[in-house]
Amino acid sequence: MRYVLIGNSAGGIAAIEAIRECDKKGEITVISDEPRIFVRGKPHINYSRPLISYLLGEKVTLDKMPYRGEDFYKDNRVELILNRKATKLNLKKKEVVLAGDRKLPFDKLLIAAGGMPVIPEIKGLNSGGVFTFTRLADARNIKNYIRTNKVKEAVVVGGGLIGLKATEALMELKIKVVIVELADRVLSATFDKKASSIIENALGRKGCELITNNTVVEIKGKNKRAEGVILKDGKKISASLVIVAVGVRPNIELVKNTPIKTNKGILVDAFLQTNIKDIYAAGDCCEAEDLLLEMKRPIAIWPAAVRQGKIAGFNMAGARKEYPGSFAMNSVELCGIPTISVGETYPEGKGYQVLECFDQKNSVYKKIVLKNNKVVGAIFVSDIERAGIYTGLIKDKVDAASFKEHLLKEDFGLISLPKEYRKHLVAGEVAVI
Amino acid sequence: MVKRIYIREEYCMGCRLCEVHCLVQHSKTKNIIKAYKGEYPKPIPRIIVEEKGYVSFALQCRHCEDAPCLEACITGAMYRDKKTGAVLCDEDKCIGCWMCIMVCPFGVISRNIEGKKIASKCDLCVGEEVPVCVKNCPNEAIVCEEEK
Repeated sequence: MRYVLIGNSAGGIAAIEAIRECDKKGEITVISDEPRIFVRGKPHINYSRPLISYLLGEKVTLDKMPYRGEDFYKDNRVELILNRKATKLNLKKKEVVLAGDRKLPFDKLLIAAGGMPVIPEIKGLNSGGVFTFTRLADARNIKNYIRTNKVKEAVVVGGGLIGLKATEALMELKIKVVIVELADRVLSATFDKKASSIIENALGRKGCELITNNTVVEIKGKNKRAEGVILKDGKKISASLVIVAVGVRPNIELVKNTPIKTNKGILVDAFLQTNIKDIYAAGDCCEAEDLLLEMKRPIAIWPAAVRQGKIAGFNMAGARKEYPGSFAMNSVELCGIPTISVGETYPEGKGYQVLECFDQKNSVYKKIVLKNNKVVGAIFVSDIERAGIYTGLIKDKVDAASFKEHLLKEDFGLISLPKEYRKHLVAGEVAVI
Repeated sequence: MVKRIYIREEYCMGCRLCEVHCLVQHSKTKNIIKAYKGEYPKPIPRIIVEEKGYVSFALQCRHCEDAPCLEACITGAMYRDKKTGAVLCDEDKCIGCWMCIMVCPFGVISRNIEGKKIASKCDLCVGEEVPVCVKNCPNEAIVCEEEK
């Protein structure tokens, strides 16, 4: 059996582990367009993408970037092809064509090609000092640019997760940052207004300026280097570094002009298989089931990519496993404030009940969203302890009618749950979440 | 053989001795007075005692077979020990992003933030034959058995 995996991050690596659980013999080849990185002469062959902001902000050193150790590929007997792009799929011959024309035949193929930064239409985007921020190379290039050009002021376009993590890293490097956000607040995709306001206030206290309901239309430069930006309303901001972080979209380049069906991402069934037999997709490039919204959509988060990669791997190796679906969730610390958001965090329409407590002075916020007495969403700012219990209630669609008045209490715990559900959890009959 | 800790809430008295022993076991000095009064960062217990009215129980990581924390960990710090089957956190690799806290349905991973920010959880008392919470429970409300 020949397995070919495109992508060497969360989805691809999880698939390797799953395949090897079921099939010790098959040949596994992994293709990645990421280069090999050397740290003090030692090669690193994978890294954790969410860590790039920690690397830029000097919270993590390069040697701590690998997600799996050096021996991972050797131990799992994987042939790893780095620094090569898969450029074409030949479905009839069942082969992947690589840049440089090498052809790789496969019996089972996984596409775990990740996401791509969305590039908005801005004049002057080609100036030096303009970067997106999704890969290790971006972090290193930004760092070098800051050093060589003695950057003191930066503009971050986009107040989403990537924009804010970039901002935080730049502030660690003593750079003054202005965030320009199209929506009326930061983190508008996952937070409600109260949660956003806590982070906005914290950013302000650290000296970061936030401009909302606005966007960058032009980057001005001299000698092909950025010197400032012009906003939609004509306002000018001086900055020698511009980070464009308006979002990511599924990377579906490889399957364009093939019969593989796509919407925003590559469409997969409950077994992570595309509409073409033996071709699977997982992670940020695919569109799988959203358990809460009961529809297919891309959910570009780490845990979903790992789960999808794992289940795709099992199915590729012949162990039939169904993907139960996932839902949006994220945990991120910003300006030293831990936050967790899960599921439907700011519901619109009828039939929802919202429980909340808000202490703006101490940056504490807790919100639980219920629908038909079931928890469907939650936000935690500062006080995130035991947040996973709520995530579990969402996932298991537990009827909360009998205990919902306890949901926001300080001592809420498994003890507040119905005895039967609690017993099921604590008896050691491990719940599959 | 994989060992598991089983909870018997009808035997728990809520004495919290498990908590004390857990904290001391995970301290640098393993001395109760120094552990509570003299160590920085202050060790924290990796077991949680819940209590309401007459009901109480102690709860620690279930070392789930299909552990959501393993999938959610972005650094690769959370791993399964191949020999014991325990889910462990490589504290050197952990950056304190709290993805594991977001997904643990038992709420048994805590933030340890006094020193370097790390996720703190039960490690089944690495090196001990029986975890100290089990060994020191006066009423056998927590028991350690090979997996059923």
